[in-house]
Amino acid sequence: MNPAQYPLKREERVLFELRSLYQKYGYARYKMGKFEEYDLYVRNKDFLVSDGVITFTDTDGRLMALKPDVTLSIIKNTRDREDCVQKVYYSENVYRISGSTRQFKEIMQTGLECIGDVDLYNLCEVISLAAASLDAIDPENVLELSHLGVIAALVNALELEPDAASAVLTCIGEKNADGVRKLCPGRDVGGVLQLISAHGDPAVVIAALRPWCRQGLAKAALDELETVTGLLNLPKVQIDFSTVNDMNYYNGIVFQGYIRAIPEGVLSGGQYDKLMQRMGRESRAVGFAIYMDLLERLGGEGRAYDVDTLLLYDDKADVPTLNQAVERLSREGSVQAQRAVPDKLKYRRLVRLEEVDCHD
Amino acid sequence: MINVALPKGRLGEKVYGMFAAAGYECPSILENNRRLIFENPVSGVRYFWVKPSDVAIYVERGAADMGVAGKDILLEYRPDVYELLDLNIGKCRMAVAAKVGFHDDTEKTLRVATKFTRIARKYYAGLGRDIDIIHLNGSIELAPILGLSDVIVDIVETGKTLLENNLEPVETIVPISARLIANKASFKFNSGRIEAIAEGLKGQIKYD
Repeated sequence: MNPAQYPLKREERVLFELRSLYQKYGYARYKMGKFEEYDLYVRNKDFLVSDGVITFTDTDGRLMALKPDVTLSIIKNTRDREDCVQKVYYSENVYRISGSTRQFKEIMQTGLECIGDVDLYNLCEVISLAAASLDAIDPENVLELSHLGVIAALVNALELEPDAASAVLTCIGEKNADGVRKLCPGRDVGGVLQLISAHGDPAVVIAALRPWCRQGLAKAALDELETVTGLLNLPKVQIDFSTVNDMNYYNGIVFQGYIRAIPEGVLSGGQYDKLMQRMGRESRAVGFAIYMDLLERLGGEGRAYDVDTLLLYDDKADVPTLNQAVERLSREGSVQAQRAVPDKLKYRRLVRLEEVDCHD
Repeated sequence: MINVALPKGRLGEKVYGMFAAAGYECPSILENNRRLIFENPVSGVRYFWVKPSDVAIYVERGAADMGVAGKDILLEYRPDVYELLDLNIGKCRMAVAAKVGFHDDTEKTLRVATKFTRIARKYYAGLGRDIDIIHLNGSIELAPILGLSDVIVDIVETGKTLLENNLEPVETIVPISARLIANKASFKFNSGRIEAIAEGLKGQIKYD
């Protein structure tokens, strides 16, 4: 069989490429079971992308869940280290409620986590790997960085009640400038409006935001973003503050990756030191996940035929001859032997057994 | 080419008028025929009419790069889209209405009939009120008249239909208007053109 004639599906190829990419940078494969105690998710409910979890009672009476998330399990099983980091990657199925159908779905997720004494190098490495992952999926991509420190500082400066502040964050995520103005009558929302309107080239966006980030936490956060984007210097890395992850879990730089052919984000990640703290850890952490199920939409090599050759035989055919004919034809492509033409089977050519020359 | 999903009906026609005035006209859209898609290669836009409640789905799933949807639909279905502009048309409000003279007995669970279950749930959860949601797809006003519900949560424009059925709005939940929305991924790759259209529409908004 010629492998070129039978390529792997695009998402399968991508998966192989991603695994080799992560291994190249010293990330070890983290294989885990499908179940986890439900309690882990109850304690960190808001961290989960969807609110539903499939649960069942194990034989010993414990309430278990089919994993809706991988990161929590990885954190649970890592130890705090002050001087180094633990690097892992995974490819696992998770079970979540799909946004559009509101039904449970098995979703293939691949990603990596870097946990421990995460420094600037580690942070840049993870973001670079996110960018390289997008390149492996499709060259027409963009990785958008946001900094929750910048967002939090500019929203806190408005001194709003918690509900209003949360509504403003939602508006930032929606690029809803009108909504921000309505929520904050009489307040100077210039900084937040700039967060919404400024997006794209890091240097341009950072320069546009600088007047609102001259001191304190806002300055420190914008400086960090400037340092990281400067070090990365990747052409497809842009800044867009509409990536507003939950600030109870995430902090610092968060990011989202898009592919032109896919109408939603395929990669999501960021620093989640606050989640680590909530789980009683002192270490820092950064990671990302790729939603592999979305890659199906990339299209690519659609099959024009189910099979190259349909080999028809009758009741008189003897098995060794049939075996020989299948062997002979399979050298030229896929072959399916049948006594009658199956409904809906699309084949490139139809051959009868007596027409096959089995002699080399 | 930027795909734009327009809501069928009077609101959609108004919205198209704004697009046209902003320089994105497509005269064939006004012809009386059965075509579904209308394109103007010069201005780089392609329009299609869809059911108003479906606009957000077309945009969220990337079949349309942009669209115009009511805030009611955005609040109810929470599509993951950008909400770029309040067009200040199609204005109405989401309100609680009941029979004229209705007294809310807070000792009882309040029966609420609505098409907008998420909005109603969120509103009453905010008040800490125990409710029984009755999901209806139409003729919501009938529910309190026939005793199916105590109140309804629905869109109120002038209040005329309510009044004709001896109902009245008792509480406004949120003001509603048409919003320009955009697909998030599409925005990443076409931000220049999408923002130019949004900017053009901004110039067409008539404020009260």
